[in-house]
Amino acid sequence: MGAYSAISVLWQGLTGNQGWERVWRDPDPKPHYDVVIVGGGGHGLATAYYLAKEHGVRNVAVLEKGWLGGGNTGRNTTIVRSNYMMPGNTLFYERSMKLWEDLSRDLNFNVMFSQRGQYNLCHSPAQMDAARRRGNIMRANGIDAELFGREEVRRRLPYFDYSQNARFPIHGAIFQGRAGTARHDAVAWGYARAADRQGVDIIQQCEVTGFLRDGDAITGVETTRGPIRAGKVGLAVAGHSGHLAKMAGLRLPIETHCLQAFVSEPLKPLVDTVISYGAAHFYISQSDKGGLVMGGDLDGYNSYAQRGGLPIVEHTLASAKALMPSISRLRLLRHWAGVMDMSMDGSPFITGTPVEGLYLNGGWCYGGFKATPASGWCFAWTIAKDEPHADNAEFTLGRFERGYQIDEKGMGPQPNAH
Amino acid sequence: MLRIQCPVCGLRDETEFTYGGDATITRPAMDETDPQVWLDYVFTRENPRGAHREYWHHALGCRQWLVLERDTLTHEMGACVLARDAVGEAPAKEVAA
Repeated sequence: MGAYSAISVLWQGLTGNQGWERVWRDPDPKPHYDVVIVGGGGHGLATAYYLAKEHGVRNVAVLEKGWLGGGNTGRNTTIVRSNYMMPGNTLFYERSMKLWEDLSRDLNFNVMFSQRGQYNLCHSPAQMDAARRRGNIMRANGIDAELFGREEVRRRLPYFDYSQNARFPIHGAIFQGRAGTARHDAVAWGYARAADRQGVDIIQQCEVTGFLRDGDAITGVETTRGPIRAGKVGLAVAGHSGHLAKMAGLRLPIETHCLQAFVSEPLKPLVDTVISYGAAHFYISQSDKGGLVMGGDLDGYNSYAQRGGLPIVEHTLASAKALMPSISRLRLLRHWAGVMDMSMDGSPFITGTPVEGLYLNGGWCYGGFKATPASGWCFAWTIAKDEPHADNAEFTLGRFERGYQIDEKGMGPQPNAH
Repeated sequence: MLRIQCPVCGLRDETEFTYGGDATITRPAMDETDPQVWLDYVFTRENPRGAHREYWHHALGCRQWLVLERDTLTHEMGACVLARDAVGEAPAKEVAA
């Protein structure tokens, strides 16, 4: 299978696009792998890719119960940013940003990473102070951040409500210029193709139903396509982390909640950046096809249903209208939901577990997509070396025991509030 | 829209309620000194895919705390009782003494 290039695209175009090959193989599972990754979303596929590329571990399988990127990788609002300020988070997400910046070249697959910038709006003097503090912490860590006052925001983003009637007046915004969006499906496909080219077996339609054990240690997985033995098993299953951990006899500091996303009918270019509303939980960007892509709050109660309720539809669209009155007559084209692994402090896990042979990548809450490259990179490091990299050293299960929660939003142990 | 059968008010929309989380969690005795017990109480959850006992507060109705059985995969509703009546089966953290 050849590398993609401008010449290959041109040649295929001239010859009727008859010569494209299958992008990844569809192998039957082998009886044994060095590492089995459960979950064929962005994180699992990235882990397999970096295991092979960075650590030379090529006897790897990625097991996916449905199709690649069919879970939260294909359900998010595609936003990438690295504006975190808690120790443990800041440099991890910045590693991710740096990997994003080179990802299309590294994978030889266009993930359509667009650094269109992201604004977090502030609606009170206190929010401006908090934004200034966040920006200073980011800049002290070498991450770009700018603080704009109301007039500068108004000049850049004239379509918001700046009238006397605005429910939450805009005081300013914190801006990260390197933030942006990427095409989420392409991220899964790009990692899948790149991992496959490194010799990784990607096995779809293969659901894990239990674990093989030798004493307490995990030595493989039971699947709908038979038992597969493995030296190490890594979980990267997002909202189903608790479900699989339970099969392994673990209880996690995670609740599974439903989060919705929305796309409007297509418009001409209007929102050429990514906006987060500071007054309600709401964010908006515009896809390359013209649809406004919007997200909001969790539905608020434990759910594995992958479908959302109408109260949040109303809440999200009310937020949209409060911020941008001009879109009030726009119709929604689609809305959908994914199930989030909401951790007790809003921060993730990339770690070994108390069960020998089992590694956990989960607890991503709303923020998994932007983390995909660094998540895979750090999880591969953790599995290959049996110790965390400095950038994921804080993402342990034990942090709760030691009182070192990474509570970026300061919400306390309320998963539905993060 | 979930619709919850409040034992006081009848079938009401979810927007009248506030979610209170897992109702099978029991607060340890105040003289409990084992940190592991408190860790489990504050942070770890069963998080089942299926039947779930959970607290709801009928904030915009009778203001009672309720214990609802609901399936987290299908959203199918089971029994809903006053939290104070559920004490004993699963002691409730929010119920007044």
